[in-house]
Amino acid sequence: MEHYISLFIKAVFVENMALAFFLGMCTFLALSKKVETAIGLGIAVVVVLAITVPLNNLLYQNLLVDGALEWAGLPGVDLSFLGLLSYIGVIAAVVQILEMTLDKYMPALYNALGVFLPLITVNCAIMGASLFMVERDYNFSESVVYGVGAGVGWALAIAALAGIREKLKYSDVPAGLRGLGITFITVGLMSLGFMSFSGVQL
Amino acid sequence: MSNVKQVLFGPILANNPIALQILGICSALAVTSSLSVSLVMAIALTLVTAFSSFFIAIIRNHIPNSIRIIVQMIIIASLVIVVDQILKAFAFEISKQLSVFVGLIITNCIVMGRAEAFAMKNGPVMSFLDGIGNGLGYSVMLIIVAIFRELLGAGKLFGIEIFATVQNGGWYQPNGLMLLPPSAFFVIGLVIWALRAYKTDQVEEPDFKIAANSRAQEAL
Repeated sequence: MEHYISLFIKAVFVENMALAFFLGMCTFLALSKKVETAIGLGIAVVVVLAITVPLNNLLYQNLLVDGALEWAGLPGVDLSFLGLLSYIGVIAAVVQILEMTLDKYMPALYNALGVFLPLITVNCAIMGASLFMVERDYNFSESVVYGVGAGVGWALAIAALAGIREKLKYSDVPAGLRGLGITFITVGLMSLGFMSFSGVQL
Repeated sequence: MSNVKQVLFGPILANNPIALQILGICSALAVTSSLSVSLVMAIALTLVTAFSSFFIAIIRNHIPNSIRIIVQMIIIASLVIVVDQILKAFAFEISKQLSVFVGLIITNCIVMGRAEAFAMKNGPVMSFLDGIGNGLGYSVMLIIVAIFRELLGAGKLFGIEIFATVQNGGWYQPNGLMLLPPSAFFVIGLVIWALRAYKTDQVEEPDFKIAANSRAQEAL
């Protein structure tokens, strides 16, 4: 149990998707002008990550990894080079299915998340988490914890940035830095703050 | 002819994918702590963008509109697999340093963005050039950031010592912060500032303007 808690804390704070690995930056910068939008997007990312990372883990462990196809009578087959193609396929499919299911059964949630779901397919944080899961060789239960943790970390970061930006729009920024420039500097300072977690031993 | 020049060189300064279109920032930040790694990344991304735009432009009239994203994804993912395998075969060290970021070219917004915005509407040759142009815009930004970070962070370029560091009996005290993640944000922020000071039409309008100072009697 302790192992999973420390994995979760590590995924949220120490190895924050947005601020330590710069994943999902495009949406992170483009959609962080309002706190409400940011929280909606953050929740959507948590949900999608919690589903896709374990799913890709199953796919990798049972079909793609070296020797995984032994049950089908193909012991020497290593399909791991097809990983990239299959992960993105899974992500695109899950997002599509999630969108349709929410539309049918939970219209309220669909209206809240709807606009953000298609954007998530091309969010590198989703793909990145799957690739990190493969690179670090997580097993199934670890991948569940890691998926949720990575999502929560990303959501936390975008909500915090949106909070800062809502205040920042009232300030007098030098002409060339307005908008994107000052956002970069702000994220840099936030990232500096999150680096203080990197000394934490778990 | 001027059209070709516009498509090819426009994205470098006037319409830079990173500084103006907010595309492809993830990898721009993550791989720039050393110049050789960022150079490899820049070449890989330019080739993937160019060829994916080219292939998508060829079949653009045959793709049903409702599944175009999936079709684009598959073309891009196949190209990235080729790049990934080539890097693993011929440049294993650099491929290890790039770790997941080669795979993340698939979700790099530049590739998708150009496929969607340009290649779906233009012929294959122009799309290829547009891909090269946007790849160059990305590369230029990546290389500038990498030069600053590696030179100030380690006193080296391409691993060759430029500033003699204190550890080796020289004069330069390396700034370790430049090798850490936050400095990438600061450097890109400052580059954007420099670019917008030169091209003032890219400056964004503020949401709120601060009123000019007014004296008490003027207010009445």
